[in-house]
Amino acid sequence: MKIKLIVWRQNSPTDKGRFETYNCDEVSPDMSFLEMLDILNEKLILQGQEPIAFDHDCREGICGACSCTINGVPHGPEKATTTCQLHMRKFKDGDSIYVEPFRAKAFPVIRDLIVDRGAYDRIIAAGGFVSVNTGGAQDANALPISKHYADLAMDAAACIGCGACAAACPNGAAMLFTAAKISQLAFLPQGQPERKKRAIAMIKQMEEEGFGACTNYYECEAACPKEISVRFIAKMNREYMMARMFSE
Amino acid sequence: MNLDAKVPSGALKDKWDNHRFEMKLINPANKRKYKIIVVGTGLAGASAAASFAELGYNVEAFTYNDSPRRAHSIAAQGGINAAKNYQNDGDSIWRLFYDTVKGGDFRSREANVHRLAQVSANIIDQCVAQGVPFAREYGGLLDNRSFGGAQVSRTFYARGQTGQQLLLGAYSALMRQVGLNAVKMHVRKEMMDIVVIDGRCRGIVTRDLVTGKIESHVADAVCLATGGYANVFYLSTNAQACNVTSTYRAYKKGAAFANPCFTQIHPTCIPVSGDHQSKLTLMSESLRNDGRIWVPKNQGDKRKPADIPEEERDYYLERKYPSFGNLSPRDISSRSAKQVCDEGRGISATGYGVYLDFAESIGRLGKHVIEERYGNLFEMYERITDENPYETPMMIYPAAHYTMGGLWVDYNLMSTVPGLHVLGEANFSDHGANRLGASALMQGLADGYFVIPYTIGNYLAQNKTDKIGTDHEEFKKAEAESTDKITKLMNIKGKKTPNAFHRELGKVMWDNVGMGRNEAGLKKALVEIPKIREEFWNNLTVTGTNENLNTVLEKANRVADFLEFAEVLAHDALERDESCGAHFREEHQFPDGEAMRNDEKFAHVAAWEYTGVGNKPIRNTEPLVYENIHLAVRSYK
Repeated sequence: MKIKLIVWRQNSPTDKGRFETYNCDEVSPDMSFLEMLDILNEKLILQGQEPIAFDHDCREGICGACSCTINGVPHGPEKATTTCQLHMRKFKDGDSIYVEPFRAKAFPVIRDLIVDRGAYDRIIAAGGFVSVNTGGAQDANALPISKHYADLAMDAAACIGCGACAAACPNGAAMLFTAAKISQLAFLPQGQPERKKRAIAMIKQMEEEGFGACTNYYECEAACPKEISVRFIAKMNREYMMARMFSE
Repeated sequence: MNLDAKVPSGALKDKWDNHRFEMKLINPANKRKYKIIVVGTGLAGASAAASFAELGYNVEAFTYNDSPRRAHSIAAQGGINAAKNYQNDGDSIWRLFYDTVKGGDFRSREANVHRLAQVSANIIDQCVAQGVPFAREYGGLLDNRSFGGAQVSRTFYARGQTGQQLLLGAYSALMRQVGLNAVKMHVRKEMMDIVVIDGRCRGIVTRDLVTGKIESHVADAVCLATGGYANVFYLSTNAQACNVTSTYRAYKKGAAFANPCFTQIHPTCIPVSGDHQSKLTLMSESLRNDGRIWVPKNQGDKRKPADIPEEERDYYLERKYPSFGNLSPRDISSRSAKQVCDEGRGISATGYGVYLDFAESIGRLGKHVIEERYGNLFEMYERITDENPYETPMMIYPAAHYTMGGLWVDYNLMSTVPGLHVLGEANFSDHGANRLGASALMQGLADGYFVIPYTIGNYLAQNKTDKIGTDHEEFKKAEAESTDKITKLMNIKGKKTPNAFHRELGKVMWDNVGMGRNEAGLKKALVEIPKIREEFWNNLTVTGTNENLNTVLEKANRVADFLEFAEVLAHDALERDESCGAHFREEHQFPDGEAMRNDEKFAHVAAWEYTGVGNKPIRNTEPLVYENIHLAVRSYK
C-alpha cells in the first residue's frame, strides 16, 4: 500500500507547529498504524531528520499511552480501538491520512503528537480512590457484591485514561473519564463512605484543569476505545446533584 | 561477595511471623524524617510507594511514562493467584507454596516463596477494599479460575484485564498519597544511575525526558521496581519502553544480578507476521482453560483447520501430559510448541505457529459463555490478525514474556548494595527457573504491600544516615558520568539507528539464548554480542539534541545497556550446565525431551558480579537449601 501522511510537527510547547507531508510507499496491511510510523521514523533518522515523536508503550491497547488524532478522530476510524491496535488494512491504498496530537485545552502539546495528560492524574488524586490503607482490609468474601453491580463497576473501570474523550469533545470536556471513576466507586459498597466527597472533589478538580462541560454531543463515547457509556455521565451528574443537595 | 540471604530461623511457617516481631521499628512520628525513593510505578512500585506514604515516610516516586498508570503491569490479562481456598477444592498456603516451588523447578528460595503464599490472601482483601472489580458469582462472592501448573482454582480475575484493575487499584492508592502531598511524583524521568555513599545506596540520578536535564535525588533508601528485561530479545510481550537500564546500572555499582538466564517464553502469543513487527501480543494463558492446542499429525499439512479431521490432529499437550493437558506450565507448553514446529508440523505462513481451538468449548458451553469469559481477548485477536476465533482456531506461538532472573535480594528484598531494595519482576527471588501463570501480579503486590513496608523500616532503624545534599561529590560524579554517557551517544554520528542495533541483538539472543540453548550457540552469542556492541559505539546515529524530548536518544541509552547485559545473560546460560524450568540446555534432556536438572551441581542461585564492560563477570553462588520440600523430577504427566 502507498499512504500519504500529513503529520503535525511541533518542536516544543512554545513552537507554533506545522503540518509536514510524508510518503510511505511500502505499507503492509498487516502493520499497525504505529508500526507504519516506526518505519517512517527509521527512514527519517537515516536521513538525519528528527523522527515524529508520539506516545506509545504497551501496543496492546491497554496502557492508554498512544494518543494520535487520525483524520480528525482520536485513535482513528476503527470503533473501540486504540491507535496502537489500529491496523493499516482499515485504510485503502493511496489514502491520505492526517495525524495530529489529541487536541484539548487541558492537554498542552509537549512535542509533535505528544501531549501532557497530567490533568487526568490530578483528577484521580483529588478523589478517585477509596481511602483504605494497606493492611486494614477485611476478608474479601465478607463483602458480597451482586454480580450486576460488580459488572457495572467493571464496565466503568475499563477506562484506560487515554484522553480520547476530552480530545473528541467539542467542549474539551473530561466528563466521561471523570464519570467512569466516580461511577465505578459509586456502584460498589467500598465506595460509599466517600461517595459525596469524591464526586464534589473530582468535579471541582476537573473544572480547575480547564476541561469544558458536557453538552451531550456523545463524541466521547464514540471515540472511547473501551466503549465507556455516556450513561455514566448521567450517573455522575446524579451523584453530583445528590452530593450537593445532601452534603454532610 | 556476601550472599547471606538472612532467612530467619524457625519452622518455615513461622519464619515471617518471627521476623516481623524481631524487626526493628521506627516510631510513627519519626518516619517522616526518612526519605525513600521508589523507581517504577507498576504493581510493585506503586503499591510500595503508597504503603510507605501511608506509614508516614517521605516518598518520591519516578516513572519514565507520562503517568504512573501506564506501567506494563497494566497489560497482565489473566489473573492473580491467592491461597484463599474459596472453591473448597483443597487449596492451602502450603499447596500454593509447593506449586510455586515445583513450577519454578526447584530453583527458588523456600522461605521467600512460603511468605509469598502466606500474604497472597491479604492481597485479594486489600484489592477488594480498594474497589477492584473482580469477577463475581451470582451469590456475590468472588469467582476463580485455573491457571497453568495448578490443579486447583485459585486465580482471581477481572475479565481479561486483571493487571489493569490491580494496577489502577495501586495507582489510586498512590495518587491518593500524591494528593495528600505525601508522595512526590516524578513523571517522564528515567533513572540513569544509583549513588552509593559510604557503602550505602543514598539516591539516584535521573534524566528528565522532556528537558534532558540530569538531576540528583537524595534518599535514605532506594527501591527499584523497574520490571524485567525480556526486551533483550527485541520482540517480546513487554511494552516498548521496558528496559534493563536501572537494574543493570545498579549491577555496575555493585548489586549482584541473579539467574539472568531464567527467561520465560510464554506459550500463547500471536505469531510474528512480518519484519515490521514491533512487539508480540500475548493471549492470556487463561484461554487454555477452554482452548485445545493442536497441530496436524502430518508434516506440511496445508489444509484449512476445519478440513483436517479429528483423527489427523495431534493434541500434543493432552497426549504428552494427560493430567495437566492444555494447562501444563509455560516452559513445557512453549517447548512442546517449538518441538512440533521444528518437526515441520507448524501452521501459519511461517510454519511457526500452533492452533488454539475453541470449537469444542463453544459446542459444549455455548458461544455466549466463551464470549463472557474471553470476549475482549477474542476481539483483540481479530483486530490484529483479521481472523475470527469464534469461527476458526487461533494461531499462537511462544514469545519472550517474563524474566525470573533479576537483581539478587535477601529475605528483606535488599540487594548486595545496602539500602538498595528491589521489588517485583526486577528481583529474582520467588519464581525460580519458571514462573507460574497469575503469580507475577501476586509477587509484585506481595513485595509492595506486605513485605517491603516492614523490612525497609528494619533497615532504616539500624542504619542511621548522615544528612547529605545533592552537592555531595558522589552525586556530582554520577551526574557527570550520566552526562558523559549522553554526550557520547549524541556524538558518534554514525549510520545505524538504535532500533537497528536492538533488532540485531534480539536476533542473536532469540536464536542462541532463546527457548533451546546449547554450548555452541551460547559461545557463538558471546562472540556476536561484543561485535554488535562495538559497532554500536562506532556507528550509531542519534538525531536531535539532548535538551529536547528525544525518543531516539532514549532508545539509544536503553539499547546501550541491553548490549552489555546480554553478555551476562549468555554467560549465565552457558555456565548453568543443566536444564531447569525455562532454561533448557539441549545437552541435558531425558529421552522424551523433558528437562534434566542437575541438583548436585546447580541447586544454587548464580549471582553475577560486575568486573568491567566486556570482562567476564564473577559468578557467586547462594546454595538453595530445601528443608521442607523433597527435590523431585518435575512431572506434569
